[in-house]
Amino acid sequence: MTDKTQLLEDTDGYLDMDLLRFTTAGSVDDGKSTLIGRLLYDSKSIFEDQLEAVETSSKARGDENVNLALLTDGLKAEREQGITIDVAYRYFATPRRKFIIADTPGHIQYTRNMVTGASTANLAILLIDARKGVIEQSCRHAFIADLLRIQHIVVCVNKMDLVDWSEEVYNNIVKTFREFSSRLQNIVEVTFIPASALLGDNIVDKSTNMPWYQGPTLLYHLESVYIGADENHVDARFPVQWVIRPHSDEWHDFRGFAGRVAGGVFKPGDEVQVMPSGFTSKIKGIHTMDKELEEAFAPMSCTITLEDEIDISRGDMIVKPNSPPEPSQDIDAMICWFSSEKTLSGRGKFMLRHTSKEVKAMVREVKYKVNINTLHKIEDDLEFKLNDIGRITLRTSAPINADSYKKNRITGSFVLIDEHTNETVAAGMIL
Amino acid sequence: MNYTITHLKQLESEAIYILRETAAQFEKPVMLFSGGKDSIVMAHLAKKAFWPAKVPFPLMHVDTGHNFPETMEYRDSFVEDMGAKLVVGSVQEAIDAGKIKEETGARASRNGLQTYVLLETLEEGGYDAAMGGGRRDEEKARAKERFFSHRNEFGEWDPKNQRPELWNIFNGRKHFGEHFRVFPLSNWTEMDVWQYILSEEIPLPSLYFSHERDCIIRDGVIMAVTDFLELLPEEKPEKMTVRFRTIGDATCTGANLSTAATLEDIIAEVAAARQTERGTRADDKRSETAMEDRKKAGYF
Repeated sequence: MTDKTQLLEDTDGYLDMDLLRFTTAGSVDDGKSTLIGRLLYDSKSIFEDQLEAVETSSKARGDENVNLALLTDGLKAEREQGITIDVAYRYFATPRRKFIIADTPGHIQYTRNMVTGASTANLAILLIDARKGVIEQSCRHAFIADLLRIQHIVVCVNKMDLVDWSEEVYNNIVKTFREFSSRLQNIVEVTFIPASALLGDNIVDKSTNMPWYQGPTLLYHLESVYIGADENHVDARFPVQWVIRPHSDEWHDFRGFAGRVAGGVFKPGDEVQVMPSGFTSKIKGIHTMDKELEEAFAPMSCTITLEDEIDISRGDMIVKPNSPPEPSQDIDAMICWFSSEKTLSGRGKFMLRHTSKEVKAMVREVKYKVNINTLHKIEDDLEFKLNDIGRITLRTSAPINADSYKKNRITGSFVLIDEHTNETVAAGMIL
Repeated sequence: MNYTITHLKQLESEAIYILRETAAQFEKPVMLFSGGKDSIVMAHLAKKAFWPAKVPFPLMHVDTGHNFPETMEYRDSFVEDMGAKLVVGSVQEAIDAGKIKEETGARASRNGLQTYVLLETLEEGGYDAAMGGGRRDEEKARAKERFFSHRNEFGEWDPKNQRPELWNIFNGRKHFGEHFRVFPLSNWTEMDVWQYILSEEIPLPSLYFSHERDCIIRDGVIMAVTDFLELLPEEKPEKMTVRFRTIGDATCTGANLSTAATLEDIIAEVAAARQTERGTRADDKRSETAMEDRKKAGYF
């Protein structure tokens, strides 16, 4: 056993590593894929055969340098057209952290892709081309990151090599971005880094071309940014996914509620309330196959048993009586529309999926859409098309245990599903 | 109190969440089980997800007939320990029945034939969700795969038209005749899998550990000499000390020269490796988009 523990510690402290999920957003050609390629390459997360394959493809395409974008653009259509189609997930680890990157492309489905990538991210990297400065799309990306409640933003001012590593250009971009971001609500922290993804300046290694910049490199920041306060550990939420009844001699009376903690802390002996029925009981035990837990918090999967026989099934939520969610059939929410084939307008009917519960929902009112480049409200055109974001109210067929998205990203979010095509057509954030 | 869990525990919790969603959202799910390390980890997680009850779905093995005997022994004892039901889809039977035609020549592989048998076995059993051990870090076409991946009535994957997946909400709604592939290990890397096997003390087939066997080198890949491998005239088997990084069909899974005899050795080796694990898979080397092409047609 000591050997094993020692090894786990030696191989990059794997036992103590935490996880940072981040998303990258940028406009066409601002070097996003190059940046990711650079992070993977300089952190030695790219393997020889992957690099060889990319070198071969780059040559075949007539690219001058090794085109690191080919590492992430894997689909045939992407390679043919030289574009990125869909959110791609990439992984790398350093001795301090493991990283999951959601790389979101800036093409046709730009908003849909970025919203998707942002929904699970702790941090967003926004790329700005130093030659172009803060453009409409930079503002749009910042708005979406804020809307999805990403608390940490890194503004990476890229292609500094093409503006002679100018401090003045950089300072102007910082100033303009700050003016815009001061109007956003959820972002806790914005970090600015001048860089050249192509040449590697300030990505993993400190740039020697910009002695005027004293801040961290991008990788150092990603490794050290504190994200421990991002989850809600106050308001206890346990959406029930599945009821475990073994029907065996050994576990004859066992009736456990399986799920993943979405907020707060649960302990055996805690008084709990079941929503939407409102019945109360006490936690008898918190079980996993490995051991009984003394406490469970987000994002742990476990199984809870209660002292009393209460009728609980999938879609119900175990909470604490001091801060229950509000079961409601009237939902006020911001949504992002995903469908290119259908549009949303008043009285549209959908399936609404919220945690482990599915109900029918009807649009009551479209309040406004947002021009995501200027943040102005649009009130004269209320039909949602692909990539549109705005505010609507919904009436559901049964109450859902709603929290505001501000309070909890898991219990404050939902998706709308088209009843006929079964496609996911919208993402919603409860206000 | 610091409410954080390590990244391996986060991955475990996420996979358990996906497995429970699959059981809840589908009428008749099945878990694909090849005897390879990823499917072993997935099945281990399934035990955890439903404990103390038994896993509420069967395991399915698509048997190419070209198996390493070690894999089969392992499979049978694993399934028995788990108390699960095993469904076998046999490539050999499909060939014998004239439903599919075997490739010929020394480089022939049954890999592509698995797709037909997989789809047929899913359809015969009426399974509407098949869980697989695929990981996004394995291959570039997999990097864009969803946790819940929709397949049309022909079992095909349309990578350009996938459902967006947000937060931890998974949409498994489908029309009659369609099915889903579910990938609980999507966010795991090869290193995560090995570290998890070590920390959970999960036993593995012996092929993963260093051993001596007769091999040849073909197209730069070390191939084990088995009854199924047709040797070219110039190929002379040699004894080599090898282990396998992945376990697939015996005719297209390459070995690595290695003396790594324990999990600890393997992890040290993976950490130092400069080739991906699929670098030894002849099936991926057929073209730049070989994996995407197979996946679109309904492959694992």
